[in-house]
Amino acid sequence: MKSEHLYNYILGIADNSLILGQRLGELCGHGPSLETDIAGTNISLDLIGQTRSYYQYAAKISGENKTEDDIAFLRLERHYKNVLLVEQPNTHFGFVMGRQYLFDVFHLLLLKELQLSKDETLAAIAKKGIKEVSYHKRFSGDWVKRLGDGTPESTAKMQEAIDDLWPYTQELFDMTDCRHSNGLRGRRCRCFKTKKGLLQRGYRPL
Amino acid sequence: MTGTQINIDTHLLPILGQVSDPEIPVLSVLDLGVIREAIEKDGTVYVKLTPTYSGCPAMDVIGDDLKIAFAPLGKKVKVELVLAPAWSTDWISESGLQKMEAYGIARPLSESADKDVLLAGAKKVICPQCKSTDTHLVSQFGSTACKALFKCEACLEPFDYFKCLK
Repeated sequence: MKSEHLYNYILGIADNSLILGQRLGELCGHGPSLETDIAGTNISLDLIGQTRSYYQYAAKISGENKTEDDIAFLRLERHYKNVLLVEQPNTHFGFVMGRQYLFDVFHLLLLKELQLSKDETLAAIAKKGIKEVSYHKRFSGDWVKRLGDGTPESTAKMQEAIDDLWPYTQELFDMTDCRHSNGLRGRRCRCFKTKKGLLQRGYRPL
Repeated sequence: MTGTQINIDTHLLPILGQVSDPEIPVLSVLDLGVIREAIEKDGTVYVKLTPTYSGCPAMDVIGDDLKIAFAPLGKKVKVELVLAPAWSTDWISESGLQKMEAYGIARPLSESADKDVLLAGAKKVICPQCKSTDTHLVSQFGSTACKALFKCEACLEPFDYFKCLK
């Protein structure tokens, strides 16, 4: 493969959206209300749409006659590069919204950096995605607040969800292997220089 | 069609005008502003299509519909998806907005008014049925990715609002 580092780098970003999109897709028809059900599937659709753009690009540069579907479906489970946060199984609605919010904050910051990439295709996918992900974050953030401030039961469940999910946010700050490749200079990556920086910029009180 | 160039061979316009958005059938692909380029060369029409939303399932259907529309003329169609510049609701034509309203979908507000409505619950969206602005947001996500669900307090009808996207 001509640019293996770039290929792996793209999958490192795209696999998160695929897996979270699939997790949300599992809830189609099972939301607590019609509005939240539609919201979950709409967010899923945006994420899988973004994944398609990334995979189409990855397939093109693979030079192996691959299609987007080959990349999505014809890999062993250990070959997916997503963070563990996005694959946490659906439990209750507060947990789903908590998982979504923690990812949305990270995702939006990532895309805001990625739109500055020298790689025109990645920058274009990021610019498109920013518009969609801003809306996701607004939705999930609203629910985290609403459930967190709601009844004693909703507060307890939301708190429990954040307690359970928080350890998985650590992985968002891990360097990916291809970060150190010269071939990717100027392409940015999913890692931020310091965790402190991201905490200051992203995970502010709602 | 502000901000970006579009390049369409004029003789192709009548056919393109017959291809409609499968989700909002009163709008043609030209009204919607998703066709950024359409050029005929040696019997093949090369189309550059910009998706409204990344995962919009209408895009695949539009690609197929374009092929069907040009088939009786013996022309082949090659569709290329173009992501940059990203599609904006500003690209919907004025006649498209009017058709949309007549169909029962409220037109997108300006960017700042859209934020007031979706974030702060302001009453600015005009009911496409009775024209009242006594309307409120029911659901941030509507029947498709591009719309939100509203209800009019004056005539009590629910309706879709086409979200501003810039």
